[in-house]
Amino acid sequence: MTQANLPAWARLRVSRRHEKFIQVLLFLCAALSVLTTAAIILVLLGNAVYAPGAKKAFFEHVSVWEFLTGTHWKPVEGESGRFGILPLLSGTVMVAVIASLVSVPAGLGAAIYMSEYAAPAEREFLKPVLEVLAGIPSVVYGFFALKFITPWILKPALSLFGLDLGTFNVLSAGIVVGIMVTPLIASLSEDVIRSVPRSLREAAYALGSTRFDVSARVVVPAALSGILAAFLLAFSRAIGETMAVVIAGGQQPIATLNPLRGAQTMTSFMVHASTGDSAADSISRMSIYAIGITLFVITLTINLISGWILRRYREVYQ
Amino acid sequence: MIRPASDRNKAEIAQVKSAGTASAAITSPIVERQNTNANRAVSFISGADRHIRRRLMLSRIFAAVCRFATYSAMAILIVLLVAIVWSSVDRLALDFVTNTNSTNPTRAGILAGVWGSFWLILFTALFSVPVGVGSAVYLEEIAKDSFLVRLIKVNLANLAGVPSIVYGILGYTVFRSSAAALGLLFDGHHVVGMAGLFRIRLSKLPIYEDNILVGALTLTLVILPTVIAASQEALRSVPSSIRVASLALGATRWQTIWRQVIPAALPGISTGVILSTSRAIGEAAPLIMLGALTYTSMCPGSIDSPTKLLTRPSQVLHAPLDQFTAMPIEIYDWSKQPDSRFTAVAASGIVVLLIVLLSINSVAMIVRHYASRRLKW
Repeated sequence: MTQANLPAWARLRVSRRHEKFIQVLLFLCAALSVLTTAAIILVLLGNAVYAPGAKKAFFEHVSVWEFLTGTHWKPVEGESGRFGILPLLSGTVMVAVIASLVSVPAGLGAAIYMSEYAAPAEREFLKPVLEVLAGIPSVVYGFFALKFITPWILKPALSLFGLDLGTFNVLSAGIVVGIMVTPLIASLSEDVIRSVPRSLREAAYALGSTRFDVSARVVVPAALSGILAAFLLAFSRAIGETMAVVIAGGQQPIATLNPLRGAQTMTSFMVHASTGDSAADSISRMSIYAIGITLFVITLTINLISGWILRRYREVYQ
Repeated sequence: MIRPASDRNKAEIAQVKSAGTASAAITSPIVERQNTNANRAVSFISGADRHIRRRLMLSRIFAAVCRFATYSAMAILIVLLVAIVWSSVDRLALDFVTNTNSTNPTRAGILAGVWGSFWLILFTALFSVPVGVGSAVYLEEIAKDSFLVRLIKVNLANLAGVPSIVYGILGYTVFRSSAAALGLLFDGHHVVGMAGLFRIRLSKLPIYEDNILVGALTLTLVILPTVIAASQEALRSVPSSIRVASLALGATRWQTIWRQVIPAALPGISTGVILSTSRAIGEAAPLIMLGALTYTSMCPGSIDSPTKLLTRPSQVLHAPLDQFTAMPIEIYDWSKQPDSRFTAVAASGIVVLLIVLLSINSVAMIVRHYASRRLKW
């Protein structure tokens, strides 16, 4: 309103300043994400290495070497404390590997089925089902693993082979994490599979290929980089998965490769340490930062490799 | 007769079988050789036929395997829902939604969690929508391709892959400590007052470190990459003719964005925002890292019914700085109780959580449906 009384040149200048201001504001919004990353690295690394005041930081207690190679995890004060991350790492890797064994065939199969076999109407119906599966919260999967999969499916099935299954076990946690990341693999792989040009399929069919030949020998190889990238993203998601593993996977930090027993993962230790009644400057609390930076570095590395594969080996079609 | 059956096609097998039955036990090598010699010409054709059959069979098996993989996802979804509803039968009743938590499994309810989640989501949406849409607008509409912009884009892609628990550590260290510092600054209390329509009521209430705002800020960081990606997607789907036309008519860049592009992208943006926010409702890990209460019978600001939102303004003002729990945290707490009667309580909590998520998602679906019908480029 007040602008209307100004001469034209002044209006323009006000408007220009106004525009500039808004652009700066919007830039700050976008820059916030960079700030977040910087804050994550600073906070995790900073608190792991250096603690202000009287309390000692985690890596002032424990050497990096001991942390990375130690095979015992017993986060208590004093002489009996052991701070080797390998037990937590083995638990995490076990969960992620079991999850991949579940989700890679299921996700890839679903992606191929939806893009190569399913009629459009069937696809319209299947996609939301996968979206719902992806939208179910992690705690729900944890409950499902602990109260249904372990007692009603795995226990009876394994008892046929004379195997004993713990109430908390890595196997059930890994299976539900696999179910959780299947939609991720399915939708990412389907996207890349669908972006393979039609002409490739038509050429293969014209040469007498069956649907299997087209899917497995033409389409999937053409989309391989995207599919691999999807597998890696799902693997890193499984590594960072928390609540399902906390509920179903148990809390024993033992270096084991037996999925029938419970084991602590990096994430479930962090939840355990922050729900316990340990003081804010206790060594168990301080170790959260060291494990947090390990988790962050591992997932970031896998995500970066995934992005690199996608860019480096992408087949480009005109 | 001696060669394995898998090497022959059906016609051959039938032939051999009939020969076998006719000449009962005659299995001399001469007969065998005669047989193959006679079929040599045929087997050239039937070999190709066999090959095609095998390939078609393989193709059919492969299709069945893929179909099985896809439909097993649906089967799992159904089993999961049935198992949860089945386990919830012992507890799910109206008083489960009206009671707060209790150590007695027959009385434990989810009301505190519902209110905690309500406040969290309200503030998460308030924080994440302007920042998220603002970032998307900058990246899609304003930014030129520079090093900084590329850095932001790469960074956003990687932030989306950071486990949510890591944001919990960040929130614990940065936001929670800030809240604690704020508490120290104000002597651990904040004054809540309300004037005007309601009579002035000043009350001194404690500032908690693990308050709703700290939780909402943390959840904002968790969902921000998703909100930005969804908004970018929506902005990208607006045809550039709209922008060009607006600019040609003399509108400034911001006028074009604010009056043309954003309204056109609004359905897509709101769908994306609603879906990402619903993801925040199910997040428990970052909130637990913050030190959110796992057991409490208090609703934030002691507001336990929608009418109190209107009649108790000072409590409404207190709620953002009050302690909280949330639905997924209570479900986690009930799931790990050794008393097996809490299984039904946890399952009932999950039913409530899933109903909330389902209603939010259906709102998003409805928005998407109507918007896609109305807007046609």
